[in-house]
Amino acid sequence: MKSSIRWLASALCTGLCSTSLATPYIPKDGAAVIEQLPRRADATQTELRRLRTQLNAQPQDLALATSLAQRYIGLSRSETDPRYLGYAQAALAPWWQSAAAPVAVRLLRATILQSTHQFNAALQDLDAVIAQQPGNAQAWLTRATVLTVQGNYAAASASCARLSSLAAQLVTVTCLANVAGVNGRAEKSEQLLDLTLQRSAGAAPEMENWALTLLAEMAARRGDATVAERRYRQALAQQPRDSYLLGAWSDFLLDQQRPQEVIALLQGEQRIDALLLRYALALQAVPGQQAALARATTELAARFNAAMQRGDTVHQREQARFALLLQHNAPQALQLAQKNWAVQKEVADMRIVLEAALAARDFEAAQPVLGWIATNKVQDVALQALAARLAARKAT
Amino acid sequence: MMARLIMMVLACCWCTLAQAHKPSDSYLSLDVQGQTIAGQWDIALRDLDFAIGLDGNGDGELTWDEIRTRHGQIAAYALQHLKIGSAAGPCQLQAGQQLIDEHTDGAYNVLRFQATCPGSAAPANLDVSYTLLADLDPQHKGLLKLSHDGQVQTAIFEPGHARQNLSLAAPSRLAQFGAYVQHGIWHIWIGYDHILFLLSLLLPAVLLPAASRAGIASGQQSLKAAFFDVLKVVTAFTLAHSITLSLASLSLISLPSRMVESAIAASVVLAALNNVLPLFRGKRPVAAFVFGLIHGFGFASVLRDLGLPQSALVTSLLGFNVGVEIGQLAIVAVFLPVAWLLRRTWFYRQLMSWGSLAIALVAAIWLLERLADIKLIS
Repeated sequence: MKSSIRWLASALCTGLCSTSLATPYIPKDGAAVIEQLPRRADATQTELRRLRTQLNAQPQDLALATSLAQRYIGLSRSETDPRYLGYAQAALAPWWQSAAAPVAVRLLRATILQSTHQFNAALQDLDAVIAQQPGNAQAWLTRATVLTVQGNYAAASASCARLSSLAAQLVTVTCLANVAGVNGRAEKSEQLLDLTLQRSAGAAPEMENWALTLLAEMAARRGDATVAERRYRQALAQQPRDSYLLGAWSDFLLDQQRPQEVIALLQGEQRIDALLLRYALALQAVPGQQAALARATTELAARFNAAMQRGDTVHQREQARFALLLQHNAPQALQLAQKNWAVQKEVADMRIVLEAALAARDFEAAQPVLGWIATNKVQDVALQALAARLAARKAT
Repeated sequence: MMARLIMMVLACCWCTLAQAHKPSDSYLSLDVQGQTIAGQWDIALRDLDFAIGLDGNGDGELTWDEIRTRHGQIAAYALQHLKIGSAAGPCQLQAGQQLIDEHTDGAYNVLRFQATCPGSAAPANLDVSYTLLADLDPQHKGLLKLSHDGQVQTAIFEPGHARQNLSLAAPSRLAQFGAYVQHGIWHIWIGYDHILFLLSLLLPAVLLPAASRAGIASGQQSLKAAFFDVLKVVTAFTLAHSITLSLASLSLISLPSRMVESAIAASVVLAALNNVLPLFRGKRPVAAFVFGLIHGFGFASVLRDLGLPQSALVTSLLGFNVGVEIGQLAIVAVFLPVAWLLRRTWFYRQLMSWGSLAIALVAAIWLLERLADIKLIS
């Protein structure tokens, strides 16, 4: 009885919400606040406005343009807000289409391109930067991460190796561990990274955070929940708002059947689709949250729909998880996961293909990923468990 | 309990979850009505603020008063970046009412406008040029929904595709009809459950009623009698599924698809079992009619998935039905002569008994799969 009333309440409010979104209206009260914007007096905004005004006067000023673009890219990361990437691109407008853009522009253009998953175009720019400036550490590092996402492990390792004479040891070792962790050398590289991090006191905070997050993920992948948790907590103490870290920690907690902690953690992080997804998954795992779950699911569906309308494929991995775990539509999830797999080859991309194939009972679809895992010796307890389940199901 | 329920309803009616972070889009819809076009353009307030500044006092809280004092500038800025033309020349854009709406990433200004195109006839093409925010945010996209004569098409505008020519020609009725005839034939061809249902009911048609009841082919049916028996069964089935297909497609009745699919599987089980254990006696046309009603709902869900153009609802419904009939008649045209020639053979007796049992078994598995929502056979 109780649950049916709750169900009714959630159905009712989903109905109310979707209708309230559907029709344009005229606010009754002139003082009603319609939208929240950045405050004009905000220091960052003031500075950005000043730079923009300057650049408007001299749009060809390369130093000014790249420094403004750099600031916007930083803001897009810290706020996880892709509109700032568009503003960064606008600052680079005079050179954006140029095949022979200055090195500084090409490096920034590669960063923007890879954020929208145009990996090959990004690599072209990075290769051009490196051809002109073989000592550009940032280019080698970005190149290595793009190649790792694409699953080109040999080329990625080679790129990381180039860093050894150009950047701090922690950078090189983290870069290498990022590749080796999914390429059959997980244990050794985890130990080396752990050791290097301990010896790298005073490293840049973002760098330290990247290393710690990776170490936590590596521990989780070999099934050591205790060590993983300690490292995640250490990283969170330093960067509590890093959205990648929050996503990885939430996935860990969900795998550990600790959804309550995810709900508490992500209560205020729902602007970011990937985190709203984890929040909804946590709500689903807890009894008595039907109303909140229905709200989050409706919202996510609207957001994925909006992304598809504009032709974006950046969130296909998340969308596949959404289709599989919240909409229970295995065939659609599998399709999305396969499309995503054609572009990205990280552990999470492998996992969603296997999960969707298992749910859709389409064992053929799992083969390319199972083959990949075997060939590259990808070590991950969750992947190995899925592979075993797929083999068992196929045998029966 | 009641208090808790009220709390819950209140809590959930706080509908806006925190707004999403997404790249910038505007939503433009154009509805062509002869030479005039009714337009609605939803542009994010955040984007408008970035472009022309809306937050009068700069406190970060954009009020309705701050927005409406800027309505003139908003309309001017927006319409400056949109050009619509036909072959006869540019259309005149006239701003109308402005409202507010919510999209996933926040509140939007809704600008209604009207475009009046030159010339004496409705335009056959629209030339649309879209440059909103192109200089400020090259990742911004304009998502166009263009409606005319009940047809809807979409287009995405971005700096690389800022100008597009969109055809307003309506597809011919005949072509639309033809396309749906093909869909109908194809669906019967791949719809094993419909084929097996029909074949199960037709198998006894070449045997004498008494003989078919006994499951032996000693008696003989004249070809004419067999033909009329087939005709009755097929007509009853057709009539029935046409009725429910039409009712469901016109949204007059709807049934949950899992229930429909399960009932279709059950109908195949019963039709096949009838050849071994007479269930319907001489009333196979009645059975064909009753179960045909269920099969019609199955066809309707296919048609719904194809998407029925509202302007050509009747044309496409009729076309789909004709296609289904053509498919059915093709099956009957092959079945009847073959069954007639084989009716006295040992093989036909086996087909009546073991063949029917095999069909019943397959359909029973379908039934189980559809009821339990699992997959056992492909």
